[in-house]
Amino acid sequence: MVQYARSRLDASFAALSDVTRRGVLEQLGRADASITNLAEKFRMTLTGMKKHVGVLEQAGLVTTEKVGRVRTCKLGPRRLQEETAWIQRYRQLWDSRFDELDKVVEELKQKETVDGRKKRE
Amino acid sequence: MDARRESEPAPMTNRTTVERKSERELVVTRTFNGPARIVFEAWTKPELFKRWWVPKSTGVSLLSCEMDVRVGGKYRLAFGNDASKPMEFFGRYIEVTPHSRLVWTNDESDDGAVTTVTFEEKGGKTLLVMHELYPSKEALDGAIAGMEGGMPETFEQLDELLVTLGASVGRS
Repeated sequence: MVQYARSRLDASFAALSDVTRRGVLEQLGRADASITNLAEKFRMTLTGMKKHVGVLEQAGLVTTEKVGRVRTCKLGPRRLQEETAWIQRYRQLWDSRFDELDKVVEELKQKETVDGRKKRE
Repeated sequence: MDARRESEPAPMTNRTTVERKSERELVVTRTFNGPARIVFEAWTKPELFKRWWVPKSTGVSLLSCEMDVRVGGKYRLAFGNDASKPMEFFGRYIEVTPHSRLVWTNDESDDGAVTTVTFEEKGGKTLLVMHELYPSKEALDGAIAGMEGGMPETFEQLDELLVTLGASVGRS
């Protein structure tokens, strides 16, 4: 287990130790891209870019999918974890807003009851 | 979706749910213990809206709140701790159907969502569904990344961790 965690960390650090690979991740954060797109953007050969993407893929930072002749790259499961964490925080924000809104609704309800009683009297 | 809701244990208090429904959509739901008329009022009267939109836990305050709730009417909210550098949110109401539906735009940028809020009353309670539709997948991803402070910061933290771990490995 420790061994697994260590090799997993090694893979991530190796993947992130390269400036091009960090650039690729930032690029994929903005939009999915094919290996050809990435090679053009970073001015490298297809083979060079394939190697970089392969390293990122092994570290779980990127996933790729081949459709027809094009291999598309996107951010991997790590990115999903980030998104889940964000959604959790977003939920907390709305939850606390809505707790306050509950109080306002309760107060208005009470007021209506009182006003209704006054009208009937 | 309904099946899942039914299988959950009955909550003591009303729960807020958030779901990324698709690449471009976020959906927030919550039930309120009051009629739709009242919940709608709390969303459309500035003096009531101000009381709940910025809860204390966010650590910021609402500096100003202007809302002209009618079709084509504008809203503008300013937040922050420093009145000279407020964070502003603004847009237009494009649909206002009393007690059931409210739609507005978020015009701070081209990547702003269109927000639709529906109020559905059942047995004296109101189910509120807030739906945000972003113009593209990238816009919603960007909103998420923006709130998280973006990727570069994450890399900086990883770099720091790398240095720390590297140092401890060197010692052992």
